[in-house]
Amino acid sequence: MKPFTYARAADTPEAVREASGPSHDFIAGGTNLLDLMKLEVMAPDKLVDINRLDLKQISETEDGGLRIGALVTNSDCAADDRIRRDYPVLSRAILAGASGQLRNKATTGGNLCQRTRCYYFYDTAMPCNKREPGSGCQAIGGATRLHAIFGASDQCIATYPGDMAVAMSALDASVEIEGKDGASRTVPVRDFHRLPGDRPDKDNVLEDGELITAVTLPAPTGGRQSYRKVRDRASYAFALVSVAADIGMEDGKISHAALAFGGVAHKPWHKPELDALLTGKEPSDALFAEAADLLLAEAQGQGGNNFKILLLRRTLRAVLREATQMGETA
Amino acid sequence: MTRHLVMDEPATKRVLDELPQSLTGKPMDRPDGPEKVTGTATYAHEWNLPGTVHGVLVRATVPKGKVTAIDKDAVMKLPGVLGVFNDERFLRNPAQGTANEAPIQGPDEIAYLGQPIALVVAETFEQARHGAHRLQMRYDVAADGVFDPEATNVPHERPEDDQLDQGDLDAAMKQAVSVVDQVYRTPGHNSAAMEPHCSIASWEGDKLTLRGSYQMLNYNINELADSLKIDAEDIRMLSPFVGGGFGSKLGISAEAVAAAIASRELGKPVVVALSRQQVFETVMRRSESRQHIRLAADADGKLIGLGHDSLVSNLPGEDFYEPVMQATHFIYTGENRRMNMEVARVNRICAGSVRAPGEAIGMVALENAMDELADISGIDPVELRKRNIPEMHPETGQGYSSRPFAEALDEGARRFGWDKRNAKPAQTRDGEWWIGMGMASAARVNMLKEAKARVTLNADGTATVETDMSDPGTGTYAILTQIAADMLGLPGDKVETVLGDSDLPKGSGSGGSFGASSSGSAVFLACQDIRTQLAQKMGMDEDDLKLDGGKAGDMALADALAGDAIVGNGHIEPGETSKDKRQATYGSYFAEVGVNAVTGETRVRRLTAVFGAGRILNEKTATSQCYGGCIWGIGMALHEELLFDTRDGHLVNHDLAEYHVPVNLDVPQIDVHLLEERDDWASPIQAKGIGELGLCGAAAAVTNAIYNATGVRVREYPVTLDKLLDQLPE
Ligand SMILES: Cc1cc2nc3c(=O)[nH]c(=O)nc-3n(C[C@H](O)[C@H](O)[C@H](O)COP(=O)(O)OP(=O)(O)OC[C@H]3O[C@@H](n4cnc5c(N)ncnc54)[C@H](O)[C@@H]3O)c2cc1C
Ligand code: SF4
Repeated sequence: MKPFTYARAADTPEAVREASGPSHDFIAGGTNLLDLMKLEVMAPDKLVDINRLDLKQISETEDGGLRIGALVTNSDCAADDRIRRDYPVLSRAILAGASGQLRNKATTGGNLCQRTRCYYFYDTAMPCNKREPGSGCQAIGGATRLHAIFGASDQCIATYPGDMAVAMSALDASVEIEGKDGASRTVPVRDFHRLPGDRPDKDNVLEDGELITAVTLPAPTGGRQSYRKVRDRASYAFALVSVAADIGMEDGKISHAALAFGGVAHKPWHKPELDALLTGKEPSDALFAEAADLLLAEAQGQGGNNFKILLLRRTLRAVLREATQMGETA
Repeated sequence: MTRHLVMDEPATKRVLDELPQSLTGKPMDRPDGPEKVTGTATYAHEWNLPGTVHGVLVRATVPKGKVTAIDKDAVMKLPGVLGVFNDERFLRNPAQGTANEAPIQGPDEIAYLGQPIALVVAETFEQARHGAHRLQMRYDVAADGVFDPEATNVPHERPEDDQLDQGDLDAAMKQAVSVVDQVYRTPGHNSAAMEPHCSIASWEGDKLTLRGSYQMLNYNINELADSLKIDAEDIRMLSPFVGGGFGSKLGISAEAVAAAIASRELGKPVVVALSRQQVFETVMRRSESRQHIRLAADADGKLIGLGHDSLVSNLPGEDFYEPVMQATHFIYTGENRRMNMEVARVNRICAGSVRAPGEAIGMVALENAMDELADISGIDPVELRKRNIPEMHPETGQGYSSRPFAEALDEGARRFGWDKRNAKPAQTRDGEWWIGMGMASAARVNMLKEAKARVTLNADGTATVETDMSDPGTGTYAILTQIAADMLGLPGDKVETVLGDSDLPKGSGSGGSFGASSSGSAVFLACQDIRTQLAQKMGMDEDDLKLDGGKAGDMALADALAGDAIVGNGHIEPGETSKDKRQATYGSYFAEVGVNAVTGETRVRRLTAVFGAGRILNEKTATSQCYGGCIWGIGMALHEELLFDTRDGHLVNHDLAEYHVPVNLDVPQIDVHLLEERDDWASPIQAKGIGELGLCGAAAAVTNAIYNATGVRVREYPVTLDKLLDQLPE
């Protein structure tokens, strides 16, 4: 671990002030950051501890949604009565991730910012454009089981590994961000994470020193929600693919559809055309096949992850059948 | 005095069954349990010697070549750094189990990516780790590294003593009514013991004390001495608690030698612990394997031919290879046999013993093939196996010692409810899950090793057992206590067992499942020695000596001893019985799995296992060993796999986040049943080894159940969902 300086911020402006600088990082739960610092995959000069900030509440918003403070732990968020009642997809996604111990420490803001689990990113002996821009991408042509089928670039094929943000993407949540001099902005979760392009070192749209203060959920749609995570072992493993769904039904037709996918891209994958295709239609296997075709038209395997294409097709169908109450899948 | 027994004759007098007390076999709690759960058991890293400084190993980041320069100066300038070491005595890889001498040494010649090259020592662990990250090395990279054992450019060797060609297998295959001719592949595995390897070295003059986490001090001390070029008499090794070994702590490894060298130079105790990544990269792996199995059966399903050829790998210069066909030689009949071993020399992490080397993967492929034969021939898998139990060793003509194989198959089938299985695949659904049942046999060779122990019957009527034997979580403290307690007629809490100190009599070490029966026999003999001396002292015939409840006859032991302690020494050596009879342990596994019809995810729903391993010394610790073995089997079947990048031999999933051992949710309630058995040929206490038996075929029960659930036969382990997905039934 590289020696670093440490500052504990008392409030948001101080946190942002302290963190302005290129090699300054916030530390929340530390469950991802500390691992990476021990390996010197991340080696900030300065850590700004935000755990004393007053961002630990879940409160109701004026338009009937919820505002989740950036320091609400994953455990608290998943257990919140309102979330369990109105946003079960979020609760389930969180509980499908990590372990009880980790979720007790992990925070809403930290979870959004967790780094990829690409094997090569984690090993400083290997070239990796995300860790060391310009060094190359060792994953391409290597072990790619965890890697992306959508939106990869020739610079990086990594995935965003998390679960929580996939549910938030389906719910069309927004990220509240506070920057220098009190400047604040709100970014839809769907636009928060980036595709790698030629800047794989940038996971998301946060600029240096910008702090996530909250995630807001719009009023619940009243649809059926589900989160399905597929993985090698039964627990404590990242998603090979995951599907978050919020599907409303009216008069035998799909009245609302919002789907997001994890484990398949550098960001929670959301395709507005897919939601549009489903909306207003009567559920049927033919419709779901069409939806899968649309979703997977641009899928591109890397060798070791080719199976994700078929896996996603099958999982999507099962989730849609369940959400539209067509019954269980073959 | 010493009671010395060479096991040349079967021990038909079952002394432990004739004693008034029978604590042996009972599920006695571990005497070391309270210390472990209260955190007061001192593991290797926890000695806190005053003035200890910390060392962190630095690895090679290229797979083959030479180190041409190490920029020590830059790192020496970092805060707290005390030294950067790169000594010619550093180990290339750990010593193989029972090597008793140094492994290949010299850090400048790189044979694999991950090889320890240097050690950075600093005041604190964090400073040392940072220095290790910063240490720059220059290499002369060799272009001729080879990384894929099955590639054509890789040199293959055929070890002479592992080639068998008996009868005419090709003719048998033609003549047979049913045949199986298939290739199975298993990936590499890591032991993944909970406690990472760690050593603390400290010197007083020329005397070295090494506190480490090792399974076999009797060998390790010689390996360490040879590595350091010093006398074994000048070393004391302490290893009273070992947080799991599973083969990975059989031989001395890099951190011990590096710590000793740095400590000598710096004049301070040096502790070197491996990170989890280093455990994966520098400690022994189980070799991957390609296994070609041929079965030729007559109309009754009886084998007339059996072929099992294997390809495994290791680094150049290593003698060890995974003895894949070890149990295939004796478990099933068939006069025409061919078993050829090939070893590929690759630049991958050193291969060595990982729990049950050989059977762990060999039995799995064989039992998959037997399942295929059962399917083809229409004979029930349990029945098929029973029909193929040989009368005599099909190659040597030896007889077998106690062998409750058929009993284990029948008892397992009964407990599990095997009669409810539908033999036709892909017939049973539970909601979204395909349900299937599968079974497999278990077999593992049994070994007895030389071992010594000292038991002192103290003047106050308590007893102390002493040997350098280790307890890597297996229960050695418990079983040695139980044997001595029974032999001396004492309650368990009046016996203290002291282990893990190289100054004590040399036990067998823990490995190859031989620790319990070998060290247990040495303690048994030492107690016999005490009984003889005590009878003499009391002026009576030894046969009339009755020790029970802390009394000799009617007299309290302390009174009988009249102020004197009696020291007994025991010494066991293997002898003719291991040649006269094929000794092995047997069992059966029965698994029920669910395979998700949408995703291909497999989850084990039920597992029943029945084992016979001679006299069970402690039902609780033996059962725990079997649970552990079965859980390893689940991991092997479903997700454990060392993922090597074939471009540079780099192990990509070198941590527990991506090397997937089973977690709680992957493990159903396991029903382990131990058979009542005595094997007179195995040891004077009629016990055999049980530590490894639990996984010698377990994975095959799971994968055979996957076939029964889905009709899909996957022959490449682990059976991850991607291998099932496109073949799942509609
Ligand atoms: C073994 C293991 C398994 C796991 N499995 C899963 C899984 O299956 N699914 C899953 O989703 N996750 C999983 N996780 C990841 C876990 O969810 C994350 O580690 C956790 O959510 C990170 O939160 P944290 O508060 O600890 O973040 P930290 O480690 O403190 O920070 C992570 C990053 O976020 C930045 N950051 C933190 N808070 C803010 C903020 N308010 N504003 C701006 N930047 C901020 C930090 O600077 C840092 O770069 C796993 C982790 C481990 C170690
Ligand atoms: S995929 Fe991205 S994170 Fe992985 S090695 Fe390539 S650049 Fe690095």
